[in-house]
Amino acid sequence: MSALSERPESPAVGAAVPHESARLHVTGAAQFTDDLIPRTKDVLHAHPVQVPQAHARVTALRVAPALRVPGVVRVLTAADVPGVNDAGIKQDEPLFPEEVMFFGHAVCWVLAETYEAARVGAAAVEVETEPLPSYVTVREAIAADSFQGAMPQLVRGDVETGLADAVHVFGGELEIAGQEHFYLETHSSLAHVDEAGQVFVQSSTQHPSETQEIVAHVLGRASNEVTVQCLRMGGGFGGKEMQPHGLAAIAALGATCTGRPVRVRLTRAQDLTMSGKRHGFLVEWRVGFDAAGRLLALEATLTSDGGWSLDLSEPVLARALCHVDNAYWLPHVRLNGRIVRTHKTSSTAFRGFGGPQGMLVIEDILGRCAPLLGIDPMELRRRNFYRRGQTTPYGQLVRHPERLDRLWRQVVDTGDIAARQREVAAFNAAHPHAKRGLAVTPVKFGISFNLTAFNQAGALVHVYRDGSVLINHGGTEMGQGLHTKMLQVAATELGIPLGRMRLAPTRTDKVPNTSATAASCGADLNGGAVRQACEQLRERLTRVAATMLGLNAADISIVDGVARGTGAPTGVEWNDLVRTAYFQRVQLFAAGFYRTEGLYWDSAAMQGSPFKYFAYGVAAAEVEVDGFTGTYRTRRVDIVHDVGDSLSPLIDIGQIEGGFVQGAGWLTLEDLRWNTGTGAARGQLATRGASSYKLPSFSEMPEVFNVTMLADAAEEGAVYGAKAVGEPPLMLAFSVREALRQAAAAFGPAGISIDLASPATPEAVFWAIERARACGGHGPTADADLAPGGAANAGHPTPERALRTVSHV
Amino acid sequence: MTGTHHAFRPDLPGRQEPTAGRAVSTDTPPLPDDTTRSGGDITVNGRITPLGDVTPHTTALEWLRGRGLTGCKEGCGEGECGACAVLVARPGVDSPTEWVAVNACLLPVAALDAQEIRTAEGLGSPDRLHPVQHEMAVRGGSQCGYCTPGFVCSMAAEYYRAGRRASPDGDVTGHDKGPNGFDLDALSGNLCRCTGYRPIRDAAFALGPPVPDDQLVQRQQAPTAPPRPVRLRHGGREFVRPASLPDALRRLREQPTATVVAGSTDWGVQVNLQGARAESVLAIDRLAELRKLMITPESIEVGAGLALSEIERRLAGRVPLLAHMFPLFASRLIRNRATIGGNLGTGSPVGDTAPVLLALAAEVILVSVDGERRVPLADYFTGYRRSVRRSGELIRAVRIPRPLAGLVAFHKIAKRRFDDVTSVAVGFALDVVGGTVTRARIGLGGVAATPIRARATEAALEGNPWSAATVAAAARSLRREGTPQDDHRSSAEYRAAMLGQSLLKLYAENPAPYEIAAVPGGRIAAATEHQAERRPRNERAV
Repeated sequence: MSALSERPESPAVGAAVPHESARLHVTGAAQFTDDLIPRTKDVLHAHPVQVPQAHARVTALRVAPALRVPGVVRVLTAADVPGVNDAGIKQDEPLFPEEVMFFGHAVCWVLAETYEAARVGAAAVEVETEPLPSYVTVREAIAADSFQGAMPQLVRGDVETGLADAVHVFGGELEIAGQEHFYLETHSSLAHVDEAGQVFVQSSTQHPSETQEIVAHVLGRASNEVTVQCLRMGGGFGGKEMQPHGLAAIAALGATCTGRPVRVRLTRAQDLTMSGKRHGFLVEWRVGFDAAGRLLALEATLTSDGGWSLDLSEPVLARALCHVDNAYWLPHVRLNGRIVRTHKTSSTAFRGFGGPQGMLVIEDILGRCAPLLGIDPMELRRRNFYRRGQTTPYGQLVRHPERLDRLWRQVVDTGDIAARQREVAAFNAAHPHAKRGLAVTPVKFGISFNLTAFNQAGALVHVYRDGSVLINHGGTEMGQGLHTKMLQVAATELGIPLGRMRLAPTRTDKVPNTSATAASCGADLNGGAVRQACEQLRERLTRVAATMLGLNAADISIVDGVARGTGAPTGVEWNDLVRTAYFQRVQLFAAGFYRTEGLYWDSAAMQGSPFKYFAYGVAAAEVEVDGFTGTYRTRRVDIVHDVGDSLSPLIDIGQIEGGFVQGAGWLTLEDLRWNTGTGAARGQLATRGASSYKLPSFSEMPEVFNVTMLADAAEEGAVYGAKAVGEPPLMLAFSVREALRQAAAAFGPAGISIDLASPATPEAVFWAIERARACGGHGPTADADLAPGGAANAGHPTPERALRTVSHV
Repeated sequence: MTGTHHAFRPDLPGRQEPTAGRAVSTDTPPLPDDTTRSGGDITVNGRITPLGDVTPHTTALEWLRGRGLTGCKEGCGEGECGACAVLVARPGVDSPTEWVAVNACLLPVAALDAQEIRTAEGLGSPDRLHPVQHEMAVRGGSQCGYCTPGFVCSMAAEYYRAGRRASPDGDVTGHDKGPNGFDLDALSGNLCRCTGYRPIRDAAFALGPPVPDDQLVQRQQAPTAPPRPVRLRHGGREFVRPASLPDALRRLREQPTATVVAGSTDWGVQVNLQGARAESVLAIDRLAELRKLMITPESIEVGAGLALSEIERRLAGRVPLLAHMFPLFASRLIRNRATIGGNLGTGSPVGDTAPVLLALAAEVILVSVDGERRVPLADYFTGYRRSVRRSGELIRAVRIPRPLAGLVAFHKIAKRRFDDVTSVAVGFALDVVGGTVTRARIGLGGVAATPIRARATEAALEGNPWSAATVAAAARSLRREGTPQDDHRSSAEYRAAMLGQSLLKLYAENPAPYEIAAVPGGRIAAATEHQAERRPRNERAV
């Protein structure tokens, strides 16, 4: 067996091929789960009954009025559940709750002949409730001591000593906003029951095995009676890792109760008000630097907003704590983590999985402290990079830290940063009403599931008698190009053209016990499994070829669909080889399995080596801010990112760019707002539509956008030398936020530290500019009597989002 | 769902909430038999398809998906994401017919009766990709693929736009315009959550001209079928397309509670998000009487039923203030359906045409069976989504008096640069003569229950020198106009601050000495066709 990272002659991996479904996507032929509805007979449509209260006990539920609505067939309630009434695996997410835990919590579901009838029926259901006290913000929950889950602590060295030895000690607070996934395809499931009573669920899910498990436990069935298939997803981003399960269970329960196919598809408003989002965090920190600006000690408490149930909050928090260091050596660290329970949708996985929030802590600290230290932010960051031999706060050796320097130098050189910094300074000197900022930030992101057991995958590869190949694997396709990469991996290992392969939709009856397609490691894990299956097939077929060619199998390779001996002019065509193998009764299918080796994690001690490797990247962003309004545009972005030796360059560039823009959306634009008042709408999501929750559009795309993959970066120990790419690029967007901070600061005198709310919306930037101006800058300011507490007040008008000024402690 | 945040979406003068159980008047003039229930049809991807059994609120999206054309996707249900975009053949500006992209999720399918549409499935197939589909596929323009068919349709509309021309030197003429003349604004109503847009932009900018024998190009050379009267009934509900304006007004007099729908970009949102249902829908979007644009020396009269895109193209910058507003008004997909009458008719406080039209001192021409009357827009709004328009009245046109002011600007503050709902909108129209502000009209949106004129600020400017001191005082006044509120879009403080800042910004961009007076009559001088140019006194030819 060749090393996992080695590539054979003429590999299909590394070719810039379009997405395997691109032709179907662009013609509208690609089917998503809900596209099956017009192709399915007698479908019943499900509609939730959402209760408009943040927290309440259900005292009465009357479904009879709904049953009187023409077309309504049934109302599903807790009484219908033959198994476990829970949509999760921690027994804290009742599928049919007796206690409304967030505004819009669904307490029962109406099934009807048409969606319209289900909607009208749902409106007719009568729910009586008794209100209970609710906590909407993190601060309210902290004050009420409303916590859930573990309270991990990550410690290295002695933070008190470190702070005592420090020349500069600063303290502050950071409030990090959540984020809505806003996959374009909302949650959807379609379930039916076959003649033997088995349940088949089509679901837009990143985690078919867990969907299967939840459906089975709700129905009180064994897992072998439930099959889940995911055709493809219209985006996932982590939002379909846990959240689809309960919805699939509703569809399955409806199908078993009625004997008819049942469709659950959330409208956008339902999806926004019912499904989980990225965790918001509240962070308090103290940091110590030595005289040269080197980090000595960091103490921080990260409080995450878990929402109403635990969901994935614990592993998200663990990853957050494991990423506070980002690219920087921190000799003394004490990080405290805790999760509040609030009466909002359950926070869940979202691209980066806590990593972005953790990394934002240190990037925010460096951005705020650099002016106070009198050190250029770029220099401050670079000076604190990990060096060879250093370990993370949780004890893992940082392999290849020199890649950070390479990436940094390449961005600085190709981005012409030095000259552009001079241009920015000149522009700022010449323009009182507009300022530019140019910032460079690094990314170091750990790849593997923190929980070691999840780092396994399976595949099932069939070679049919005609030579065509069908690949099944446990990963799901949500747009990230996993299937494309898997085809390339299989074609590379088998030595045949991509055109001979087809990839089947992900199904739990093909590959069991799969992990979620998450943590960026879909290609690493499933690629390992697909490769291993293909390797078995290749070895068997090579032996057949050896007998046909009269050669030793060890001297035969299959390249471009022909098996031939080394240097031989002729060989055996793939199809002939397969046909011969069949008649020789050689097994033409194989199951592959992969487990990531060398991982270790002690979740109680928060120590170990949980990651196979680190993905690195560096981004430079230049913005221009309008001093009148706080509006801004991104003038240019330069990225160099480390994907190892890319499996599929077109796909990987797409992941880098898309991740960056999604990260920029989180940090600058996307603004989840909840009603925090005391009125009837308390706890309601105010931004529950595309018209109020704004995603980045063309207008947010950087005007110049240069993305390069680091050359000569093959990663040993990963399939064909490629690194994971799904999540790490999201954090490259810190560069935009830091550039905005610098541009806002330029409205004030040199050397001031700027607090910037997150997300840095135009309004947030405007108030930052006002604070800069209040320090003695120039330009028109809002009237003192209109800015809250006066223009000199450092506070943001929304106390929720206020940031305490960085101060020497 | 709340009713306000998508309220800027125009259409429908005369929309009313449905009245349950209301009997349909029996003495409405008869409509042709072939227009009842099963009579309607739509040409979909070249095939005549009976409308079938549809309700007045059945959306084109729902209808297409029900027929297996599932390339048309629902992403948001409120015309914000464009995943449902399809092409409609419509009377063109540069060619007899043009392909226009619209949001199928907002459009009652009945409104498409007798029209032709194309979906992504009708442009090409996996084995025979359309040039737009090819570029999107090979450049990585699709990742998850869900938004893709909508992008393809929006891109195809721009691909076929008769006025699209490659720039002579082949250079990119700007961030938003390709060397092939592709205007990225065509994609402003489409959201992608995966790609970050760069490959989609590259695909758009790589498109060549369509080949002459392209079916859709050839279709553009023949006229569009004229609208035909329709009456579709379903379970006691009806959808009526009257034959003429008098016919529409008669019906409205008899059924004052009928829901009047033009572009349906507002009502469609209510149908999808609030479950709004109408007993009777009166479709006025294709009435010839509402689709006129008249330019005289005294005024410019814009038919209420013209879509904003049509006005934008046909005015071609003649009203600079409107020209500044159009690109900031929702998206191309919305502007292709939304009408100017509808945007005023909804009476939304955040509609973007109102601040501009207030600054232009526009009048609303109301019509009913009793005749017409003209109401200054400043007197039109009476309360939140309320106006002086009486039962039985429609907005026929908006009249903009000439001469137009010389110094104009439209400032829209929102979280996102394009296609966002206004937090604050300010329309400025000032005349500065001999260094003095001789006339000031300022329209505001987003700071009160209705769009308002900033009258105190206007007074603070008029008669005073165009100077930093005047502007500073007026900006303090402007900050106090209206009654801004806190909401998820902005804090009240920010809104107030932005009012004042907008005037300071206007002055910073057009400082004294400054001189542009109104241009009397005729075509507007070229100098005023661009945003408030700065003209130093010594270079001025006075």
